[in-house]
Amino acid sequence: MSRIIKPSMPTVSRRGLIASTAALAAAAALPTPAWAKGGSMRHVKKGFGTYTGEDINLAIAGAHYATGGRSGHAIAVDGMIPGPLIKLREGQDVRLNVTNNLDEDSSIHWHGLLLPFQFDGVPGVSFPGIKPGETFTYEFPIRQAGTYWWHSHSGLQEQMGHYGPLVIEAKDGSDDRFDRDYIVLLSEFTPIHPHAIMRKLKVGEHYFNNSMMTATEGDMSGGERRMWSGMRMNPRDIADVSAPAYTYLINGHGPADDLEYLFTPGEKVRLRIINGSAMTFFNMRIPRVPMTVIQADGQDVEDVEVDELQIGVAETYDVVVTPPDGSHALVAEAMDRSGMGIASLTSHKGHKAVAPSLREVPTLTMADMGMAGMEGMDHGSGGMDHSMRDKNLVPSDVEVGPGVDMIAPMPVDRMDFPGLGLDTVDHRVLRYTDLRSKAMNPHRMPERTIQIHLTGNMERYMWSFDGKNFTSVTDDPIRFGFDERVRVKLVNDTMMAHPIHLHGHFFELVNGDNPHDMHQPRKHTVIVQPGSSATFDLTADEPGDWAFHCHLLYHMHAGMMQVVTVRPFPQEA
Amino acid sequence: MMRRLVALPPLAMLLMLAAPLAAQSHDHPPDKAGEKAKAKEGKPAAPPLTPMAAPVVPLRLPGMPQPEAPPPVDHKAMGHGAMDHGDMDHGTAPAEDAPPPARAMSGPRHAADAIWAKDAMASARQQLKKENGGMSTGMFLIERLEARVSDSAEAFLWDVQGWYGGDIHRVFLKSEGEGEFGGTVEDAEVQVLFSRAIGPFFDLQAGARVDLEPETRSHLVLGVQGLAPYMWHVDGALFLSDQGDLTGRIEAEHDQKITQQLILQPRMELELSAQDIAERAVGAGLTKIEAGLRLRYEIRREFAPYVGVGYEAKLGQTADFARAAGEGASGFALLAGIRAWF
Repeated sequence: MSRIIKPSMPTVSRRGLIASTAALAAAAALPTPAWAKGGSMRHVKKGFGTYTGEDINLAIAGAHYATGGRSGHAIAVDGMIPGPLIKLREGQDVRLNVTNNLDEDSSIHWHGLLLPFQFDGVPGVSFPGIKPGETFTYEFPIRQAGTYWWHSHSGLQEQMGHYGPLVIEAKDGSDDRFDRDYIVLLSEFTPIHPHAIMRKLKVGEHYFNNSMMTATEGDMSGGERRMWSGMRMNPRDIADVSAPAYTYLINGHGPADDLEYLFTPGEKVRLRIINGSAMTFFNMRIPRVPMTVIQADGQDVEDVEVDELQIGVAETYDVVVTPPDGSHALVAEAMDRSGMGIASLTSHKGHKAVAPSLREVPTLTMADMGMAGMEGMDHGSGGMDHSMRDKNLVPSDVEVGPGVDMIAPMPVDRMDFPGLGLDTVDHRVLRYTDLRSKAMNPHRMPERTIQIHLTGNMERYMWSFDGKNFTSVTDDPIRFGFDERVRVKLVNDTMMAHPIHLHGHFFELVNGDNPHDMHQPRKHTVIVQPGSSATFDLTADEPGDWAFHCHLLYHMHAGMMQVVTVRPFPQEA
Repeated sequence: MMRRLVALPPLAMLLMLAAPLAAQSHDHPPDKAGEKAKAKEGKPAAPPLTPMAAPVVPLRLPGMPQPEAPPPVDHKAMGHGAMDHGDMDHGTAPAEDAPPPARAMSGPRHAADAIWAKDAMASARQQLKKENGGMSTGMFLIERLEARVSDSAEAFLWDVQGWYGGDIHRVFLKSEGEGEFGGTVEDAEVQVLFSRAIGPFFDLQAGARVDLEPETRSHLVLGVQGLAPYMWHVDGALFLSDQGDLTGRIEAEHDQKITQQLILQPRMELELSAQDIAERAVGAGLTKIEAGLRLRYEIRREFAPYVGVGYEAKLGQTADFARAAGEGASGFALLAGIRAWF
């Protein structure tokens, strides 16, 4: 098994479990390794090297990326997209020296890590950002194990390639159980500048959606079509940005790059699946190879065997597979079925697996409008509009203005929903209700409940919490007392699924009826299904200021973000 | 005398109007010189907390030292105003209406100000605010740029608009007009409007309209523009002229996708007048109706040629004026044109 290890880096050699897949790709896809030290434009190396140890240096710079027929400007870390795999060990200390060689501010956020808030890497919340030419040192102890990732939290840089994987080996040696240990980092490449994408989203016209409901498409009845257009909604608003702009990548490799993961029949292969994309939910499957989920968001869960799972932006799942001899397609299909990332999981080097064809585009339902309990009722005529935006259904602090085009009339908890389009497949699909934490959580009942509404206006492309975008609540954060146990109910008053991420904490999903269940899964990101609610319990035990936002990059950029404060915060002497 | 001006090809006008869009301040970082000067400020002003010293704070410690007054407790913003007690579907109910505990209000307003240079944090926070909901943008739309062929004339028409601004407040420029090929521009107007979102789908717009043809005339404008149920784009306005005449106009169009690229667009336009306006040969009441059906093909989203048919009729006394002047009061036309935006 080949690896790329930066020569100067000491490696923690434990059977070389985590291998960069970069070298496994066709040699043609690998231009001369380019360690971008200056500002000059270099071709990106796809995939990543492995960095270990207590002192790690990273440099952010502009680069040129190409895959298939698409190419364009990108941002690479140490010349790689994704950036280097940072492989740490639970209990160690780490100093990450990050140099910004761009001509604009940059940053790195360590996604899912427990750390002092000032090293969380969000400019304007945790620190001032890294100025051009400056090196910033992040320094913190590693208090956890599992699969995580890192990415820029400045502007829209993440879309341009500024992200990478991060793995922390468990102290107890439990990571030794597997014969192979691979990263499967999902992302997108677009030749369009992210600012141009944002503008196209703002000016409307569903620019990137090539599967809108038309007179000739879909099997909706005339009545249903009239109901949707009466509400000024489109039942195919599934992904704001998709295949017309995106090439879907696995470890930086597009479908044309023939990425391979090698195994020997009989081996237990661990796949650390990380959704590092800006905007895409992926349906992950390996046809005919069942996957056993062992970790969610870096936290161990009891084994669940599934045939497919939907992974929201910023989530991670670790699965174990034992594939039979042959070449198997590792399929990362975009939720709107407009395209896929693809790699070959093969026991024969050079043998390419056959990619399945894209499945039928899913269509939103009444449940996605927040009317799960009202299916089959007659909504033929005009009374609809009023009940789709009833201000009485939300707390008075929710600002029901131009930024709110809908209020879910009857939102229900859909923790048991496997994800749009996966509720009708005929094999086993992961649901949040299947996740059960391996470790027992402390038994504490919430002292307080808060409700946060996820709000938006598709037509104007406005996104917010409680009807107020971040610009209008910059100095009015969501406040928690230190060590307070709070139940947070997220109510999605939009028809899109939002992956909501809280920095610096894990919360426990309330994914069952038993209030004393001490095995609720711990996560850093939760998908709130369209027109539905999702609830988690949080012990706010990390003092400081933390970003809390929708991890769809352009939703955050439009304002779907808040700051969470945990106080008191100890002062400098 | 205005002929010279309005004879400007419509495209030249578009380019002029588009200039501010090209110069839009999206969310680029502030100027480089300033950044270089401040480059050092990113360093900690005070030694950072020892990373190992994860702060351990007793559960209900009273007030911590506060460098500045804690922000006022805004109960309204705490999200406990009108909670839905009805659907707590997860086990025993904790306190739902309680505000955050007192300790949540303690400490610095911004924790990072206690660790990094305060002014560096302030400018980063300003940038963050701009980048997460504070952006401005704009577009320029050529809704119709078309040739119209009827048995009486071969005419051209333009109908364009551009806007720039944020989510709520925008500035609109609109222009439309028509004339005969090889002949004169018969109607031409330009509007400058301030626009404010008044609901999820509609903007209220107010401003001025200047007619360049058939003669120079100014109007005050008050209108609404937006998306009506069943996906009809509506633009309606009242115009009060410098002569004191009140008129109105409503346009509505609907895009029916046949396929992803082929779009059929029915379009209606009504004009009204509150009084007779003799010099414009307009009678009080409904003065004109236009109906059109256009079939366009989006080569790109931004560029779509179309063909169509249009029907136009003057109504009531306005029709009488037209007939008296020896013109037809109604007629069909074949249309061909482009819809484009950038």
